[in-house]
Amino acid sequence: MSISSSSIPNNVDLESNRKLQKALVAWQPAFLEWWNDMGPRGYQQDDIYLRTAVSVDTSGWAHYDYVKMPDYRWGIFLTPSDPNRTIGFGDNKGKPVWNQVPGEYRKELRRLIVTQCDTEPASVEQQRLLGDSAPSLYDMRNLFQVNVEEGRHLWAMVHLLHEYFGRDGREEAEDMLVRRSGSEDSPRILEAFNKPIDDWLAFFCFTMFTDRDGKFQLGGLAESAFDPLARATRFMLTEEAHHLFVGDSGVSRTIRKTAELMLEHDGRDVRDFGAIPMSIIQKYINEWYSASQDLFGSEDSSNSANFFAASLKGRFGETDGKSYDDNVALEGCKELQWAENGVLTNHEIPLRRAMNLELADSYRRDCEKALNRWNLNLEKMGMEKRIYLPSNRFNRSVGVFGDAHYDTKGNVITADDFAKKKADWLPSQEEKDYVKSVMVPCRKPGEFAPWITPPRKGIKGNPLDFDYVCFNQR
Amino acid sequence: METATQESLISFETHPSQYRHLRLEVEGPIARILIDNHEDGLRPGYQLKLNSYDLGVDIELADAIQRLRFEHPEVGSVLVTSAQEGVFSSGANIFMLGSSAHGFKVNFCKYTNETRLYMEDATEFSGQTYVAGLNGIASGGGYELPMACEEIYLIDDRRSAVALPEVPYLGVLPGTGGLTRLVDKRKVRRDRADVFSTLAEGIKGQRAKEWGLVDDVFPASTFDEKVNERLSELADGGYPNRKGISMDALTPVQEGDTLQYRHVSLTVNERDRVATLSMQVPDALPNIPENASDLGADWFPLRAFREWDDAILRLRFHYPEVGLVLFKTQGALEVVRDMDEQMEAHKEDWFVREVTLFMKRVFKRVDCTARSFFALIEEGSCFAGSLFEFALAADRIYMLEEEGVSVQLTNQNAGTFPMANGLTRLQTRFIGDPAHVETLVKRREMMDTETADDFGLVTVAADEIDWEDEVRLAVEERVSLSPDSLTGMEASLRFAGPETMETKIFGRLSAWQNWIFQRPNAVGEKGAITLYGQPVNPVFDFNRT
Repeated sequence: MSISSSSIPNNVDLESNRKLQKALVAWQPAFLEWWNDMGPRGYQQDDIYLRTAVSVDTSGWAHYDYVKMPDYRWGIFLTPSDPNRTIGFGDNKGKPVWNQVPGEYRKELRRLIVTQCDTEPASVEQQRLLGDSAPSLYDMRNLFQVNVEEGRHLWAMVHLLHEYFGRDGREEAEDMLVRRSGSEDSPRILEAFNKPIDDWLAFFCFTMFTDRDGKFQLGGLAESAFDPLARATRFMLTEEAHHLFVGDSGVSRTIRKTAELMLEHDGRDVRDFGAIPMSIIQKYINEWYSASQDLFGSEDSSNSANFFAASLKGRFGETDGKSYDDNVALEGCKELQWAENGVLTNHEIPLRRAMNLELADSYRRDCEKALNRWNLNLEKMGMEKRIYLPSNRFNRSVGVFGDAHYDTKGNVITADDFAKKKADWLPSQEEKDYVKSVMVPCRKPGEFAPWITPPRKGIKGNPLDFDYVCFNQR
Repeated sequence: METATQESLISFETHPSQYRHLRLEVEGPIARILIDNHEDGLRPGYQLKLNSYDLGVDIELADAIQRLRFEHPEVGSVLVTSAQEGVFSSGANIFMLGSSAHGFKVNFCKYTNETRLYMEDATEFSGQTYVAGLNGIASGGGYELPMACEEIYLIDDRRSAVALPEVPYLGVLPGTGGLTRLVDKRKVRRDRADVFSTLAEGIKGQRAKEWGLVDDVFPASTFDEKVNERLSELADGGYPNRKGISMDALTPVQEGDTLQYRHVSLTVNERDRVATLSMQVPDALPNIPENASDLGADWFPLRAFREWDDAILRLRFHYPEVGLVLFKTQGALEVVRDMDEQMEAHKEDWFVREVTLFMKRVFKRVDCTARSFFALIEEGSCFAGSLFEFALAADRIYMLEEEGVSVQLTNQNAGTFPMANGLTRLQTRFIGDPAHVETLVKRREMMDTETADDFGLVTVAADEIDWEDEVRLAVEERVSLSPDSLTGMEASLRFAGPETMETKIFGRLSAWQNWIFQRPNAVGEKGAITLYGQPVNPVFDFNRT
């Protein structure tokens, strides 16, 4: 196996970096094996119209062409370094950033990188069967684009492990390809990444809500004093935007289809037309939003305080000059209400311990923007129905809300009440089965499944009936 | 950062001509160490009254013991006695302890404990039997010193007693091996030991003998005569054929951050709290002649290990914040292997044996040093046999995977340098697999990194691509950890296997003592050490843990 810049586009001087070459000689074949085993099932020999990053400048980061997925050129890109960058927050604020892992923070940085890294291959595994029920070639292509880019994000994080963590790093990188989503013996690290995503509404919710968690986690890491991590995650964020677009527009198109049918056939159940009722869409949102909130970790967290103090992980927009005046955060508190003995009670969390909460709040505001757009569309269409985000307290198993039950508005309720009302808020198995049943594949260019509207425009100026996927095997 | 305290002025080298407290007298096969402590100690603030001692006194004692072994090998018995009227010694000076920082106290006790063990080592292995002639009161550390002698004789003048008053007077322990030796060495019954250790005034005369606290008591009129008789018996003419050497001073030179000895260098990076201790082996060593002592003090293993020992002591006292020491060696494996083989062939020679015993003590000094040690085996390293013991004494061994980088075991790894637990470092390392140790000590070929790793001799093997990062990360991570927890962790992990009197002294007695030294009942505002010598009584917190 040759390791070269032509097969692995990069801006990390791979050609002359013997350490990286040594690591990749073993890892690259293992990655391809993993991709063939665990990547999208059944479409590996088809030509997909994909975007490849071949460099970090504006002309190179979005190069479009047909490519078979195993031939995709997964590259290693870091946002170019700024030699004058100083640490923007925490106890090390104002000092020069680190270009090496300081030994005293090795374990924390390794944990942050490994946890983030593990989600990338996990999501590819979770989504590997979705190609079979794609509602259009356009959507199918977007799925694969998301998949190869999650693969590239794996490369980006693995590069940090290979380059900066020595033997431990290589072992961790190997483990990325050994753990499997949903495996009994070696599951993925975060529980949310261990259940399969087996319908497209779930996929859109995943890319809308869970990938958006990723955006905020990456945003926190993009502030890191460990400059290679900051630079790697900054470049990942540019790609993450596409994943969020897939999710945001996917849910939006699903809502729109349902709304169109409701307006057209007043009073009839949209199920008669193979579409998804608004109530089920709302339940999916409730489920995915609350599960994604769990990914931020506890609202009151000593780990998050340690990461912030050590200048390893900041808040979203920590140093953009607008979001935060105080980048040391030693003073002040975040107020939060949660149930104590069945009553909502005020609590104060010292700011540094509330860093997960800070990220989760930024995340909620970002989600609300998308919800507002969806609702504006509904309003323009003349619909009265509105989509809402459930309270952050609703349906949580991690953090300060995990010990009690709350309704979607955030009121404390009993476990009995929650059990009784659960079917009103979260999708039942029958409803999930129904959603799965409408996932009929549409393989003709320009054709779309009956539960979703076409997008406004195609990819890279191409028409909607463009051959986004060319099947070579059938 | 705080390093250059008053302790930084301490030199661990001295010479009988420079002694301020002790007198060393050699008369044929008998030597006498007379305690006559000058009131001025190592630093101002206390007076060494009643033959109480401080580190300065103990440095002289250690020097005397060492010189008797190397410069006066003809001596067969050594008397430790007092040159002051009515008092043998009243032990460690309490005002000195009360005014010392915790770290200094700990290292002072450790050093004095090592020195006491050297007396026992000389008695057991060098044929120089130590005898304590207690011609006055021996109290506290002043009785612990005699307990390190093979025999103790007490003057029976109705006045002079032996005593361990630390618990009743000071609220601390007789920490220089006293409690351990009482029951482990002198086999005093535990209930009597309990009574004795809480009896501030001590025990005199016949009862001291009955209880086993001393070996005999003699009236004042015949005391000297009786003791001298016994010394003659023990010396039995001594060893007139042994020709002593002269030990010159080490006089290292400070060059920037590096303290440069002849064969050893100590480089201290105070900012990173890391030091490098390195030994350079000459290209060739002289063959051991018929009379090995003709090699004199310049002989490489003696000189180099004296330098290493001195450097370890400086690290302990001068650089309290340096948490990690990297061991390195440079030279040819074959030279070290040849040296080991020759030493093995001449092991009956008194001088070769003394040097070997000294090397053993230096390794033990490393074992008992509260710093992290990593051995770095790189290109040009010569961790073979005796020098591989430094790697085995280290907490971790990093070895570069590269052509030509090898280690080698010799006979010296098979039992020459037992640890405090009575086992070799290989036996301790592979405590669960004695058969593996047998295999290893028979294996005398050079081992490359892969082989050494397969045999369990390497913690981390890294090729040249990984080496720098592996070592840098390990070093940076290590020095960021809590120094207290590291000290406790290392002391717990280094000594797998059986307990001995020695491990009990360092691992049990000293650890308790160091705990007590931190507690308010000893050093708090109303603690016993704090209020010692003042007209108020200590106030204890009576909660027991």
